Amino acid sequence: MAKRSNEPFLWSLFSSGGTVAAFLIPVLLFLYGLAFPLGWLAAPSYQRTLALVRHPLARLVLFVLCSLPLFHWAHRFRFTLYDGLQIKHLNEVIIVFCYGGAVVGTVLAGYLLWNV
Amino acid sequence: MKETPVYTEYHPRWYRARVSTYWWTRQWKYLKFILRELSSLSVAYFVVLTLLQLRALRGGPASYGEFQEWFKTPLAIALNVVSLFFVLFHAITWFNLAPSAMRLRVRGKRVPDWLIAGPNYVAWLATSAVIAWLILRG
Repeated sequence: MAKRSNEPFLWSLFSSGGTVAAFLIPVLLFLYGLAFPLGWLAAPSYQRTLALVRHPLARLVLFVLCSLPLFHWAHRFRFTLYDGLQIKHLNEVIIVFCYGGAVVGTVLAGYLLWNV
Repeated sequence: MKETPVYTEYHPRWYRARVSTYWWTRQWKYLKFILRELSSLSVAYFVVLTLLQLRALRGGPASYGEFQEWFKTPLAIALNVVSLFFVLFHAITWFNLAPSAMRLRVRGKRVPDWLIAGPNYVAWLATSAVIAWLILRG
């Protein structure tokens, strides 16, 4: 029997992560990364941010926002190294680093969001 | 397979031209492809920032304040500008590829590309507006 490939599953994570990243990251990075630090807009207070993050729906969205885009990164970066830089002899190390990193990030996100 | 495959003593050597490691610098098209692929680093950077921000938030007002101060340093601003560029590049190339990923047919005819990419852009704007409103109100 032919060996089953994990590729379709990993690709679906890549694809959904890419969609989540495309829809949500630009606005958030613009607000928190530039508009608030540079004083273009008034940043919400600590208390309000905490209240916002503690909302059950926000926790869920933030968890998805952290996890899926990490798997998107893992898959895409793996092939960037593979095709772009033609690093083929380190394939196993790269796979462990990429998907392992995404798993660690997902666990951290779950822990932080549960305890925030 | 019943028969054993024919063994050829002199196996032909395949001709494979060596491709330079820097093949993607030769043409703008290829460079654009690699830049698009590299956008994943900015996506990962954003997630790391979010995790750090959550940790700071958990640590109390003082640690959150420290985190906000760090965001004002020139290094952080520079990283964020570059990342925002790449994240926007990712979003635009992602939506532009949506018509290739889903080929819809209505009554045997292909739905034109703009009719698939267009709603994605509208939904992107709407989502961004809702998120900004949720964060900025009151």
